[in-house]
Amino acid sequence: MLAEEQSISTADRLRADFPALHQSVNGRPLVYLDSAASAQQPSSVIDAVAHYARHDHANVHRGVHTLSHRATDAYEGARDKLAGFINANSRREVVFTSGTTEAINLVAQSFVRPKAGPGDKILITHMEHHANIVPWQMVCEQTGAELVVAPIDGSGTLDTDALYALMDERVLLVGVVHVSNALGTINPVEDIIREAHARDIPVLVDGAQGVPHKTVDVQALDCEFYTFSGHKMFGPTGTGVLYGKEALLEAMPPYQGGGDMILEVSFDKTLYNELPYKFEAGTPNISGFVGLGAAVDYLLDVGLDTVSELENELLEYMTARLAELDGIRLIGTADNKASVQSFILSDIHPHDLGTILDHQGVAIRTGHHCAMPVMQFFDVPGTARASLALYNNRDDVDQLVAALKVAQEMFA
Amino acid sequence: MSGAGDSEIRELYRSLILDHARSPRHFGRMEEPTHTADGINPLCGDKLEVFISVQDDTIADVSFEGKGCAISLASASMMSERIIGQSVNDAISDIELVSQSLSGESAETLPGKLEALKGVREYPSRVKCATLAWHALRAAITKDRAVATTE
Repeated sequence: MLAEEQSISTADRLRADFPALHQSVNGRPLVYLDSAASAQQPSSVIDAVAHYARHDHANVHRGVHTLSHRATDAYEGARDKLAGFINANSRREVVFTSGTTEAINLVAQSFVRPKAGPGDKILITHMEHHANIVPWQMVCEQTGAELVVAPIDGSGTLDTDALYALMDERVLLVGVVHVSNALGTINPVEDIIREAHARDIPVLVDGAQGVPHKTVDVQALDCEFYTFSGHKMFGPTGTGVLYGKEALLEAMPPYQGGGDMILEVSFDKTLYNELPYKFEAGTPNISGFVGLGAAVDYLLDVGLDTVSELENELLEYMTARLAELDGIRLIGTADNKASVQSFILSDIHPHDLGTILDHQGVAIRTGHHCAMPVMQFFDVPGTARASLALYNNRDDVDQLVAALKVAQEMFA
Repeated sequence: MSGAGDSEIRELYRSLILDHARSPRHFGRMEEPTHTADGINPLCGDKLEVFISVQDDTIADVSFEGKGCAISLASASMMSERIIGQSVNDAISDIELVSQSLSGESAETLPGKLEALKGVREYPSRVKCATLAWHALRAAITKDRAVATTE
């Protein structure tokens, strides 16, 4: 009991750090349960971005003047923080991108496409986000390679035996989501990487929903690539990271050409810049990464173990409360889950649910969650999804359940 | 439910809408349509297929099929009731009137039961649900016109 009280007060203390949560929506206190789509930002992130814009802004890596130095220090300082956050071996392995989507596209075009041809395969799972499906389909169209999909079961658990059986000598890469955004399933990426490596297959992990909820150590995982987005981990939108093993990144051609990714340009020949700048053409989202650096500080300050503990306890509570409702169908009931619960309520379309909940100040995501194959698997047009972050509490869950009962009454 | 905005949500989900959503009229595939078109709402992935049968410039029959929210089903159902028996030109002006009125571009009242759809004006993200079937109807009609012109 004492432990429970303490954890509740920790959540309330953390909640105070997020100004956007303290407002009314449609006359009700906001209940924000859509962090899997985009998480709110703590004051420290908002302030870091504002401070940068007010005092330090200039272009990076170019000027000799003071502001340019400050901007470069702030931007590169963020890279050091991100490298430490995921325990990269070197800052050269941390490529800044606009998000997970761009990071995966980069790997698709610069790592897989040059070596792909007819008969080659790219292996993914049935629970991937469109961002880890469509870039591979594009490579397949470009090269004649084939996209192969490992199945999931009715609980939303990956059939790892089937996945391993599909790992043959023609597979160029395994792309797997760390934590499913639609189902909440945590995949056993350690095992998957080990099995893939036993067959000499490189692995890309889509970690967009992984990093905000648990400690990620890319060296311990030993994956070739790990991708994630800033705005799902309390940072600004338009920021993301491609982690890649240095030797692989070194051997890959640039993804985009432009300024900042070159050492020397003449009309005969261009010498590319060193890592990670080779993959960062053009002026980057400097203020965004300054904010992302602050988000890393925030998460490390709270402690990812604390985050996991709070969220797991609350997810258990939310799942139990939702299960009490008549006519509820929980979608995504794997044993090992994080922070997300998808569901269908009676025969109410998720879109109608979303509107009725919004009217009561409750923000959830409704629709296909950019994972249409998952919806097809469960034979639903979409689901309602409540997702948790470190700032949610039991009261949020109670408000959700109360709002769902109102929706049921309206559609009764 | 209490609090501000209750009247708007009751307006959106008024009984006429819920009735049409629960028991959509003219729901199902048509045996021999003269034209069909799909309407897809990429926001939610909902998809409706609209079938029409045009005889001598009159829309003799309309039906639709698909999955959708209460708003899109009710709108498709009321659209079918409204359009059957209309001339192609009248149907086109109704389509324009409905899309402009629901998106707020026009303040004109909608004829008959269609006025019930106007609750979506308070919900910008739901306007597309209400206009989905109408867009599909327009696509079905104009596709034919293009063919007719070529001929």
